[in-house]
Amino acid sequence: MLQIKGVSYKSILKGVSFSINAGDLIVITGPNGSGKSTLAKCIVGIEKIDSGELLFKGEDIREKSCTERARLGLAYSFQQPIHFKGVTVRDLLMIAAGNEKVDKYLKKVGLEPELYLDREINSSLSGGELKRIEIASVIARKAELYIFDEPEAGIDIWSFGNLIKVFKDMRKRQPNSAIVIISHQERIMKIANRIILLKDGKIALSGSADKVLPQLEKMQ
Amino acid sequence: MMDLDKIERDLMKEVSGVTGIPEGAYNFRVNGKSIGRHSSEKIDIIPKTDKSGIEIYVADGTKNEIAHIPVIISASGLEEAVYNDFYIGDNCEVTIIAGCGIYNCGASDSIHDGIHTFHVGKNSKVYYIEKHCGIGPGAKKILNPTTRLNLSENSCAELLLEQIKGVDSTRRLTEADLAKNARIVIKERLFTHGKQSADSKIVAELKGDGSSVDIVSRSVAQDYSRQKFCSQIIGAAKCRGHSECDAIIMHKAQVSAEPSLDAQNVDAELIHEAAIGKIASEQLIKLMTLGLSRRQAESQIINGFLK
Ligand SMILES: Nc1ncnc2c1ncn2[C@@H]1O[C@H](COP(=O)(O)OP(=O)(O)O)[C@@H](O)[C@H]1O
Ligand SMILES: [Mg+2]
Repeated sequence: MLQIKGVSYKSILKGVSFSINAGDLIVITGPNGSGKSTLAKCIVGIEKIDSGELLFKGEDIREKSCTERARLGLAYSFQQPIHFKGVTVRDLLMIAAGNEKVDKYLKKVGLEPELYLDREINSSLSGGELKRIEIASVIARKAELYIFDEPEAGIDIWSFGNLIKVFKDMRKRQPNSAIVIISHQERIMKIANRIILLKDGKIALSGSADKVLPQLEKMQ
Repeated sequence: MMDLDKIERDLMKEVSGVTGIPEGAYNFRVNGKSIGRHSSEKIDIIPKTDKSGIEIYVADGTKNEIAHIPVIISASGLEEAVYNDFYIGDNCEVTIIAGCGIYNCGASDSIHDGIHTFHVGKNSKVYYIEKHCGIGPGAKKILNPTTRLNLSENSCAELLLEQIKGVDSTRRLTEADLAKNARIVIKERLFTHGKQSADSKIVAELKGDGSSVDIVSRSVAQDYSRQKFCSQIIGAAKCRGHSECDAIIMHKAQVSAEPSLDAQNVDAELIHEAAIGKIASEQLIKLMTLGLSRRQAESQIINGFLK
């Protein structure tokens, strides 16, 4: 589905290559500052790569804006949720879903629609609430490639198990889509069919969970 | 409705929501004359005899009533100053829907100065909604509203002051005097574009213990427009005051904000916040990653901000 070939960006990404196929659930992990979020932003078009190739279903998307890439089927859940003034949870989810039936996306992330839909997406919401709304806005997309950037961060009350269930559900319901999760959590890595370790802008390790998890433990 | 052409009817609807004869008291002022006036059992509307305008008397204990007093100007070059005085009794809860729309397709400026003075009785609550808008390719559409409020003990006023579009120049003055336990909430929404200018000054004097004011001003300035916002909260008692001024600046526009606080009592708690800036790029990017174009994202953010 997506081929990433020798992608470099500033001095942050240094020749990153891997492919994402339909049905994949890939976890990208690695130390802070290794370039994980930057890589995601390069894929969805927030940042433009300096060299290398990005092929989405065979099409070169390097020159496409993030709007165009979103419309092609790429979706990204930000590590740091964005605050707005005047944009409500309902507005955001309606934009994401393209229709008005948005209750279900909030329920999926464990938020009561009646309590949240009309609230403005600003700092009156807690970090965890903002994060869940951010995740819901991406689940609401009818995308082919979903990227979640540290979805577990700030998720406190809402149990971790629910989050994992959301990803498992998505995978079952949308077998032709792929999910990439940037995460430090072993429980999330365990449901992946592939784990990629990014270090200093390069892929240091890549393979199945069985193969990579023991090596990661050794490194720690 | 009445004797209005399509443009006038649309303007009337835009600024006051009125599409026909409303229930309750009303006064429709079109091109300097009242073209329809009605008093209800509890709300009396009487024209002034010494100058332009009306006096509105709301009887003690009036609840859940709405008075509509929209103004339309479609005659190019009309200049008027209109004085409306509101006497709201004790224990009332009423809504006043004002608003002014100017259509100008001629060569001379059209100007409406609306001077509204409120006397709000004890324990009463008043909602005041004032929307302004200008259309037409002609000379300037100018609106200068002055709103003065005297709030008695335990009374409360909520103001929504909105300038939607098309007003070339505005000088707005909102002044409130608050007695013991009185409260006022002032929401202002200003949108300027082209070469328009908007000047807004809000002064709240908190004279009684337990009184409070909350001012929330949001504005968007586009193109070459200029805005100036000035708020002054004077705390002369044990009181609370909060003013928040937020502006989105775009293109070549200019915005200045001068919030001021004046505490004259050790128990006055006064806060102001002011922020001016362009649309945050991460907000645009977030909406673009949900499939909106840059323009769509911009208008979503602006419309939401001014809602
Ligand atoms: N826009 C930017 N310009 C320059 N440096 C950046 C930018 N964004 C992030 N960085 C730097 O790039 C490195 C990788 O950041 P990031 O991709 O956020 O890492 P990770 O998500 O793996 O923690 C960090 O050193 C960070 O400070
Ligand atoms: Mg990151």
